[in-house]
Amino acid sequence: MKEKNGALLWKLFFSTFYLSAFTFGGGYVIITLMKKKFVDGYHWIEEEEMLDLTAIAQSAPGPIAVNGSIVVGYKLLGLRGALVAVLGTVLPPFLIISLVSVFYSAFRENYVIGQLLEGMQAGVGAVIASVVYDMAAGVVKEKNPASLAIMAAAFGAACLLEVNVVLVILACGLLGVARTLWNRRTRV
Amino acid sequence: MIYLQMFFSFFQIGLFSFGGGYAALPLIQGQIVDLHGWLGMEEFTDLITISQMTPGPIAINAATFVGTKVGGVLGSVVATMGCVLPSCILATLLAKLYLKYRKMDLLQGVLHSLRPAVVALIASAGISILLTAFWGTGAAVALERTHWAMVGIFAVCVFLLRKARLSPILVMVLAGVLKLGISLLGG
Repeated sequence: MKEKNGALLWKLFFSTFYLSAFTFGGGYVIITLMKKKFVDGYHWIEEEEMLDLTAIAQSAPGPIAVNGSIVVGYKLLGLRGALVAVLGTVLPPFLIISLVSVFYSAFRENYVIGQLLEGMQAGVGAVIASVVYDMAAGVVKEKNPASLAIMAAAFGAACLLEVNVVLVILACGLLGVARTLWNRRTRV
Repeated sequence: MIYLQMFFSFFQIGLFSFGGGYAALPLIQGQIVDLHGWLGMEEFTDLITISQMTPGPIAINAATFVGTKVGGVLGSVVATMGCVLPSCILATLLAKLYLKYRKMDLLQGVLHSLRPAVVALIASAGISILLTAFWGTGAAVALERTHWAMVGIFAVCVFLLRKARLSPILVMVLAGVLKLGISLLGG
């Protein structure tokens, strides 16, 4: 890393901007592409370290793509790096969706597009159902009764009792803290 | 004040969506559709459709979309910043801690308990979307008022995703084309 910091910042910005603008398919895909670019391409980060940074990106709340660029930017150039990387990641979807929102109502009133969008609702439902099936199968495979109980209770609370989602997440997070501390104590 | 309200709403969405991807859906629905009514259920589903077909995280797309609709350009900037701020603070903090200590088992433990809950919450959001698709916004769920064409399209899509392993974007486009075809043929 012998380049001047300014040049490096620009390179970081363009890299994250480019990755964000052309990555379809969510956070996990963009993390893989980041690894290709920053580890294999630029040799800015060690392979091992990238794995840990990925774990952090997945652990922190918020979009994985955003978290990924923050931790990579921070690792490379500190706070400035993190800010530049976030800006690069957020700008492309921001610009695209701004444009889409301007035309949305006109689009929606068009008969053909209206029908297309309506049909796609069933498609989106199917995509989510499929994702949920895969995720739930992963939880079931663990054969951990506590995890299954959490899944059932969270579903009941959110879907049937209409409890605020934030409360459900807070409760389960606290439960996780308690479980971890408990395991620690019994292990020692 | 609407800008402050939006900022705070999207701050919560950013702060409490763990696990990426669809994890933000139930939170966006809770804040944007259920609590503030900035989008209807149908618009919310359109938003997910648009998000699937454009690059970028759903939460950012939602922030920009809702922000523009409710408060113009300033609104979209405020909402997007609110959405990203928790990530900026927490991901930086975690990276800092990690580079110092290289250990995070408490966090992993918390995530382990959150994962099943997140699955359940996404399922719950998915059900709201299907209810809207099959029976329309706010309509009572009654057998005789079911949009059977939509149920059929849903079944075809599930088959294409699970058995034929087509990509989600392709399946969604096909769903739209199917509905258009059915409507034009006299549905």
